[in-house]
Amino acid sequence: MSLLNVFDIAGSALTAQSQRLNAVASNLANADSAVSADGTPYRAKQVVFTATPLAKGMQGMGVRVTSVVDDPSPPRLVYNPRSPFADGNGYVTMPNVNVVEEMTNMLSASRAYQFNMDIMNTAKNLLIKTMALGS
Amino acid sequence: MLSALDQFFARPAIALDLRAQRSELLASNVANADTPNYKARDFDFSAALQAAIRGPRGSQGKLAVERTSAGHLDGRSGAAQGADVKYRIPVQASIDGNTVELDTELGQFTDNAVRYQADLTFASNQIRLLQQAVAGQ
Repeated sequence: MSLLNVFDIAGSALTAQSQRLNAVASNLANADSAVSADGTPYRAKQVVFTATPLAKGMQGMGVRVTSVVDDPSPPRLVYNPRSPFADGNGYVTMPNVNVVEEMTNMLSASRAYQFNMDIMNTAKNLLIKTMALGS
Repeated sequence: MLSALDQFFARPAIALDLRAQRSELLASNVANADTPNYKARDFDFSAALQAAIRGPRGSQGKLAVERTSAGHLDGRSGAAQGADVKYRIPVQASIDGNTVELDTELGQFTDNAVRYQADLTFASNQIRLLQQAVAGQ
């Protein structure tokens, strides 16, 4: 029943997009964390989406977050000689979180979530109507 | 008589099956709208419907497994498994290799859903017709 697969596909996208939203929240919350758990500045986290077939014999592909990688961009240097974390030149190494990038990422994730929700709703309505066939 | 009944319901059933299959493909396009290197896929509904209606031979599509004995399984199930799935040509391709265009996909998905409902209406009308014939009214 292909229509039931739509729930799995859109559901996988909802999970993936909410994981992305989670990464954005973590990045924005730690945009100014000069020290993370391992003593170094926080590094922005990015999710990696991969298209995966969800079941055997299924034509459509769902999406999964296969890994969460650290953003490779260089850290931000802020001049603040009074900080206990300042280096010899008075610069503090701050996280490489780009707030503008994260905000657009957040908007994109929330829109994608809505689209997939709409698709689930449509599939639900179609299935309900199919159940009523012949009655 | 049963086979006549079967034939009576076959056409709307095949159409609904294909519509559902297409909605699955379109949903996976939308789900992978942000996946790098994902290529949007779709199939030509009217061609697939004609191929499916042409009979079991035609419904197997181009990639059918050759069967030399009636006991061999064809590796597919359902009337609509023969749809010829193709990649969509993007109008504005994105730099990460993804060819999903959300507006196109959502438009096609809605269009497909409306037509699915139309097919449902036809099917239920056919059932009502049979019921009236049985009741002799």
